[in-house]
Amino acid sequence: MNMTVNPTTTHYPAAPVDEREQRRTLSVLVDNEPGVLARVIGLFSGRGYNIDSLTVSETEHEKHLSRITIATTGKPMVIEQIKHQLERLVPVHRVVDLTESGRALERELALIKVRGKGDNRVEALRLADAFRARVIDATTESFIFELTGKTDKIDQFLILMEPLGLIECSRTGIAAIARGPEGM
Amino acid sequence: MSNEMTGAEMVVKALSEQGVKHLFGYPGGAVLPIYDALFQQKDVQHILVRHEQGAVHAAEGYARSSGKVGAVLVTSGPGATNAVTGLTDALMDSIPVVVITGQVPTHLIGNDAFQECDTVGITRPCTKHNYLVKDVNDLSRILHEAFYIAGSGRPGPVVVDIPKDIQFAKGKYTGPKNVEHKSYKPKLKGDMAKIQAAIDLMKCAKRPLFYTGGGIINSGNEASVLLRDLVKITGYPITSTLMGLGAYPAADPQWLGMLGMHGTYEANWAMHDCDVMICIGARFDDRITGRLDAFAPHSKKIHVDIDPSSINKNVKVDIPIIGDCAHVLEDMVRLWRSSSAQPDKKALGEWWEQIKKWRARKSLAYKKSNDVIKPQYAVERLYELTKDRDTYITTEVGQHQMWAAQHLHFQEPRRWMTSGGLGTMGYGLPAAVGVQLAHPKSLVIDVAGEASVLMTMQEISTAVQYRLPIKIFILNNEYMGMVRQWQELLHGGRYSESYSAALPDFVKLAEAYHAVGIRCARPGDLDAAIKEMIKVDKPVIFDCVVDKNENCFPMIPSGRAHNEMILGDAAESIGDAVTEEGKMLV
Repeated sequence: MNMTVNPTTTHYPAAPVDEREQRRTLSVLVDNEPGVLARVIGLFSGRGYNIDSLTVSETEHEKHLSRITIATTGKPMVIEQIKHQLERLVPVHRVVDLTESGRALERELALIKVRGKGDNRVEALRLADAFRARVIDATTESFIFELTGKTDKIDQFLILMEPLGLIECSRTGIAAIARGPEGM
Repeated sequence: MSNEMTGAEMVVKALSEQGVKHLFGYPGGAVLPIYDALFQQKDVQHILVRHEQGAVHAAEGYARSSGKVGAVLVTSGPGATNAVTGLTDALMDSIPVVVITGQVPTHLIGNDAFQECDTVGITRPCTKHNYLVKDVNDLSRILHEAFYIAGSGRPGPVVVDIPKDIQFAKGKYTGPKNVEHKSYKPKLKGDMAKIQAAIDLMKCAKRPLFYTGGGIINSGNEASVLLRDLVKITGYPITSTLMGLGAYPAADPQWLGMLGMHGTYEANWAMHDCDVMICIGARFDDRITGRLDAFAPHSKKIHVDIDPSSINKNVKVDIPIIGDCAHVLEDMVRLWRSSSAQPDKKALGEWWEQIKKWRARKSLAYKKSNDVIKPQYAVERLYELTKDRDTYITTEVGQHQMWAAQHLHFQEPRRWMTSGGLGTMGYGLPAAVGVQLAHPKSLVIDVAGEASVLMTMQEISTAVQYRLPIKIFILNNEYMGMVRQWQELLHGGRYSESYSAALPDFVKLAEAYHAVGIRCARPGDLDAAIKEMIKVDKPVIFDCVVDKNENCFPMIPSGRAHNEMILGDAAESIGDAVTEEGKMLV
């Protein structure tokens, strides 16, 4: 819909041009209690935030703590909101923006099923070797590869496998951790 | 003495130890053990409402007017779902309430049992926190934690869902001492460096303005006292949101009135033109800001809020201070006094001159009539005849609510209970029930519209049962007035479904409920009728028949800026004032 132009609307600066969306990886330390994941996911869906990747697992059994790693995209104000809204949840202990600290490692694991014969099969194995993917299951006409790495690397591998007979893949989502001696 | 008791007994004991005197509720199958435990004690008085939504609103009114945490008990399934509107209302307006819901026995959860619903799932987005109790030995800790979470930090509603087998099971009770949560630790003290920066900015302001909200009231009466100190020693003007009315006395000359969509001319223009905005305990709601890119465009903004997620949510601020209003205000008053810098007297003098000119516009004026009661006149007379009494006001939602906010002048905090964030029609009557229980000797008036009040009218029965002499003052224009007003302004006067057809006779309705009914339709009779209403020591439904076509002004149309507000006497051009984009907004 076009802006209605009239004298009362023109002497103000136009609405700020949309700031660039950023991609962030957040690490969220939570009590491992029933419903905590639903709180986090409900927050994202209820407030219209994006989830690009989500990984959850208990990390400290004695303290009943889980770590949720969320990759999200949004404008800077939205990213700031996401962090504060997460911190507001009662079972959330800490939220760390791993992208902001700039010193974080991100890895993803994928299990990839490829089906093919003859040259395609040879080529798939050769590429798997180049990407350091391990063969964890094989039949005479298929492989299952296990591949670990950054999201980009896995994406790239999947693109290469597509013409060689990619059947399906299962990915864990991103696990991330900050470099250096300090904990979260 | 053994600490061993049933879950139901724990609930009653925990409520009692939390200082709960009144529990608003409605019984049902899944809470019968708790009702049985209530029957056998005298500490906690149960108030039987007529609908669970009313229970939560009553608890809200109780909490807001007293500063305590409101308590509610409802059954599973429909009991819990009926409470959802009240929970959402309390969340939006930051009102501390604890709602205990019954649940089907643990082994039936997830089986679609009779009166089962996923209470924690349904209430997760409309509570500050919620619990499903799975072990009776956790119950007392969870209940005390629930009260702590509801009442501390930014207050809000907390739900505790208790399956019926847990209510019967025996376990160990622990008292309310040392409630500390592993991860929930609200920050009360503000960052001193930021507070100093805020004071430095305030000292060199030429056109400063305080913009305060419900956070001041939630922070406690101490915050209102400190706010008054700060406003006095600075000499700066102050405006407030709907939720913050009463924190600063309306009789004071530095008070500009409420701001926002139906705020005063002087408050909105001052907001638009200010160079330093000091926002304390308010959240830049869209009813306040109007068009965001034209919101106070030349100002530096200081924002004090206990909730970090309120900062930079809608409006980017220059100095954010995270902390409790009372704590931060105390530091601000001290640092202002100890700072040697002098404010720019000349610029401030000019600013006040400008404000005087805006004030002279008399934006709340309306055309008087001798034949028909103007709704503004009704509220004005209500104010004049109640201002010297110990009065508490609740409202429903709509035009009457805005007229009440404009024409009733609050001098003290906690005297004004209204549904701001959610805008819940039907809030006022049950809220008045709660307020009257908290203040049995005071005059409690629900300023209502005839449409809103019918949404929870059944609670008049609660008022009658407990002899709560609340006054329901209905501005009856036979329309959902605000809907009609928007249809007039935005939809070519096509009044689709906004006429209150087939209204009951409110006087007879009152009598049917064993309350007192009064009707008044002539301006000349109004004072006597209001006096009569105040005198009656029973619940009263006052049917005040007002002008059907009156609109609520001033008004900032949707999608417009503060300096584009429309005044009542210039309202002919209003159809053109809303842009196509504005029509998309609410």
